[in-house]
Amino acid sequence: MKTRYSYGGDEHIFVEMDEEMSLDAFFKSLAMSNAAKDANVDGVREICPANASFQVRYDPDVIAPENMMAKLKEFEEKAINAEKRLETRIIEVPVFYQDPWTHDCVMRFRERHQDPSGTDLDYAARINGYDSAEAFIEAHHSAPWFVSMVGFVSGLPFLYQLVEREKQLQVPKYLKPRTDTPKQTVGYGGCFSCIYSVRGAGGYQMFGITPMTIFDADQKVSYLKDFMVFFKPGDIVKWKPIDRAEYDRILKGVEDGTYTPRIAEVTFDLEDFNTDMNVTNAKLMEALNDV
Amino acid sequence: MTFEVIKPGLLTTIQDLGRPGYFHLGIPEGGAMDRAAMRIANMLVGNPEDAAGLEAVFMGPELKFNHDALVSVAGAEMPVFVDGEPRACWASFAVKAGQTLKFGYLKTGARIYIAIAGGIDTPPALGSRSTYPIGALGGFEGRALAAGDTVPVGKAPANAKERTLDQSLLATQPKPAELRVLPGLYWHRLTKGSQQQFFDDEWRVAPEADRMGYRFRGGHSMEFVEREQPFGAGSDPSNIVDGCYSYGSIQIPGGTEPIVLHRDAVSGGGYFTIGAVISADMDLIGQLQPNTPVRFRQVDMTEALDARHERLARLEKIRATLT
Repeated sequence: MKTRYSYGGDEHIFVEMDEEMSLDAFFKSLAMSNAAKDANVDGVREICPANASFQVRYDPDVIAPENMMAKLKEFEEKAINAEKRLETRIIEVPVFYQDPWTHDCVMRFRERHQDPSGTDLDYAARINGYDSAEAFIEAHHSAPWFVSMVGFVSGLPFLYQLVEREKQLQVPKYLKPRTDTPKQTVGYGGCFSCIYSVRGAGGYQMFGITPMTIFDADQKVSYLKDFMVFFKPGDIVKWKPIDRAEYDRILKGVEDGTYTPRIAEVTFDLEDFNTDMNVTNAKLMEALNDV
Repeated sequence: MTFEVIKPGLLTTIQDLGRPGYFHLGIPEGGAMDRAAMRIANMLVGNPEDAAGLEAVFMGPELKFNHDALVSVAGAEMPVFVDGEPRACWASFAVKAGQTLKFGYLKTGARIYIAIAGGIDTPPALGSRSTYPIGALGGFEGRALAAGDTVPVGKAPANAKERTLDQSLLATQPKPAELRVLPGLYWHRLTKGSQQQFFDDEWRVAPEADRMGYRFRGGHSMEFVEREQPFGAGSDPSNIVDGCYSYGSIQIPGGTEPIVLHRDAVSGGGYFTIGAVISADMDLIGQLQPNTPVRFRQVDMTEALDARHERLARLEKIRATLT
């Protein structure tokens, strides 16, 4: 891992832990951005952590760019020694794979795709060496995922699967971003899954849809009363495949306030995970199944 | 006090100076695209500069006032009428109860800013009244104005009086329009030839130009430095492991059409960026019409900061004459 620092115009500094994604890069980025937050540097406006990088927005009239840069570099040492352990939660997120709405959108934007002849799922299955879309879907939901970034639009989570590098699924983003994506589409780009929190533009491949609302500006949804955004970095997600009937049932439950996501409190320790993924994942699932 | 929307125009939204602090959750700062014009519109009616007003793109709305009001219009050049009588842009004027504010065809620029003494008084969301339609947040019920909406206005400040801006204090713009860029971020992904080409080419604003970002067309496709794509990035050479985007940053998906992110920017994503338009030139983007020829000009940090200070000094001078 080699940390790279760059200015983003005169108001931002971008710090990349690594060009490639790994949980080590994520934990280092989280530790550095937390150190930057805790330092309360005068002139810092926003700190945005991402998958393997983070960004600071600052006011160059309060702190000169080179001084801001020097400050951030000081935090790198701290980050290396930071504890790689999170008190977090695991959440079950229901997914209706191959649903009619994302399928319709998949077909509408075919000319922007690498393979206009098939669907996003067929393409993803093929390039990842799976015999069928069903086998690919199975791989997508069998192991849990880690929220490594929240952003793009309103509370959209990026998720990284908790499996060995060889088992990671990878797909390119659309050649040209779409101008539309259904709300709550479960998408995929690079090695990341995501949930489109709202309807809008997007470049990720589309696999399915969740009936679970994850952003509500009006905060009417029962489990979003405290804050309009559901996810935060460090959350762990387990996809649960559902059919149309279950989708409709949950959708109604979200609307009438009777649906509550299944959630368990857990601890995630990066070293334990790196030592034995299967044991760590089994423990995570156990916590969820106990709910 | 209220006014009624008779016709909303093309896209008229309530905006102020934005809601910083939530970009890490994907909620952008938002606010007026042309910040200086919004500030000046407010100064003209005696409002605090961060009061909420209206941003209308390409076409003005038609508004009927239910109470006497002091109103100003700034930004793009567009004829202004009160009950059919012309009024000046970059000036404030009285609109009596029952009178209608209307606009003619856009002449230059893209967005007008309408301020009303007292400021628009819709409920703030996360500290701002700015409309973020993608998240259905802020503004009037989280959306652009529609015919029939009745919009609340606050109490006019004590120093609400008619004022006119000396327009010689405004910045003059070169033609073709010029956007200054500080290279950085993933600039190293382009070949030397493409780095040069980007600045040599004349680009045009594409029809896909909105509050989230401005797309440009007409230049050469970019060539990438060869590499094995990093794990997690995706296979296209323009893909990166999804990271944060800077306001003003320039992404070129597939290496073809640059997109400059603006006030309603997505906070991150998986396309490489080549640097960012400097803060001093962000307002100008909000006044570019589709098909406008544009050149990008390379600057360094010193020039970026000089331009930033020049813009602030210009605003300070205007402030001194209007308050």
